[in-house]
Amino acid sequence: MQLVYFSGGSGNTARMIARLGLPATRLPLRSSTDQPQVTAPFVLVCPTYADGMGRHAVPKQVIRFLNLPASRALLRGVIAGGNRNFGATFARAGEVIAAKCAVPLLYRFELAGTDTDLLNIRSGLARFTAAQKDIPCLMTA
Amino acid sequence: MKDFISPRPVPRAVNWNRIEDEIDLDVWNRLTVNFWLPEKVPLSNDVQSWSQLTDEERQLTIRVFTGLTLLDTIQNGIGAPALMADAITPHEEAVLSNVAFMEAVHARSYSSVFSTLCHTSEVDEAFRWSAENEHLQAKSRLILDEYDARANPLKKKIASVFLESFLFYSGFYLPMHWSSRARLTNTADLIRLIIRDEAIHGYYIGYKFQRGYERLPEAERAELKDFAFALLFDLYDIEARYAEQLYDGLGLTEDVKNFLHYNANKALQNLGFEALFPDDACKVNPAIMAALSPNSDENHDFFSGSGSSYVIGKAVATEDEDWNF
Repeated sequence: MQLVYFSGGSGNTARMIARLGLPATRLPLRSSTDQPQVTAPFVLVCPTYADGMGRHAVPKQVIRFLNLPASRALLRGVIAGGNRNFGATFARAGEVIAAKCAVPLLYRFELAGTDTDLLNIRSGLARFTAAQKDIPCLMTA
Repeated sequence: MKDFISPRPVPRAVNWNRIEDEIDLDVWNRLTVNFWLPEKVPLSNDVQSWSQLTDEERQLTIRVFTGLTLLDTIQNGIGAPALMADAITPHEEAVLSNVAFMEAVHARSYSSVFSTLCHTSEVDEAFRWSAENEHLQAKSRLILDEYDARANPLKKKIASVFLESFLFYSGFYLPMHWSSRARLTNTADLIRLIIRDEAIHGYYIGYKFQRGYERLPEAERAELKDFAFALLFDLYDIEARYAEQLYDGLGLTEDVKNFLHYNANKALQNLGFEALFPDDACKVNPAIMAALSPNSDENHDFFSGSGSSYVIGKAVATEDEDWNF
């Protein structure tokens, strides 16, 4: 399964993806840049930027990408970055995207992830990809 | 005559409608939305819980909080102002002035806890203890050495991220421990507000560090990275001894050290560096993790669970204008 990700100022998600070593497409930081075209089912990896009330958890660049029906139709699941120091809103972006797009929240990690996170994501993605092949896709834009 | 030679420099007026670095505005918005004061937390609901702690547990708690007060005092009066002097944009300077003030709010909060729960004499004793505690004084000196006005701006940021994202946690452990046992739960709510602020401070200062670091030639980057890891080792040595001194009596030291390793790694990640401690050394007690982020682990995710109990989000009608589907 292909990965699409966003990484902001800290670069933590980008560092996690680099260590993961799987093919991944980065969403642009600037709104003026063209959105990447996705043509196959993908899993989104997204950090969280919520305020204390949990608002604005999903970066606007990711919202802009998911607002495209063609992108959204191919989204199969979400992996969310965050920081447990933000308490109950830890990795809230994953819950918001899962709810808005009716896809499963696959995994949550902190900052740039740990070695254990990388192992869990690699094996989890393999299992998830295999499971996807067994069930008919009911997603529509 | 002096005035003719070098006229007093006047700063640029800050124009928030001309942003040079979008992160300055994002962080300003987060910090101001998250603003709070200790009066918001009903600390007096902890009076009964406080009375159920042993004398030793009460003394430990007060001492831990005076130690945290010292770090907040340093960051308020010296750390954040030292970073303001190095700010690249006027917006960065304004954000750091918020950081400085919130550190004063944090320091003030511990005194709110004290005045609600403790006797004045106990508190005075604990402040004397912190002023004389060799480990607290040693870690403060290591940080203050880097806050010196002539110090390298990026080294100041490294020290500041270590204070914000690492040094507080030997102290934060205790209210999370009490909270996991349904003790001092309102105090824990207040501490979680502080932890939330410190997380943004560590993120922001780490972000500014990375922007300066990436512009340096390779040799200077290597030197700074060596400096960062060496400082972290020195601070960790002190923290380990501080933890033993505080927590041996309750048998919690090893648990605290795992929490320190976990937070040291996160501090390094804020700076854009790789983790130092292996995952095996960072196995934080799940009760402490749950106290840190309550209610965030109710749903299994697909990769962690058996695969049968994970959540598929139910599509929800969008209410906000950003999501237009």
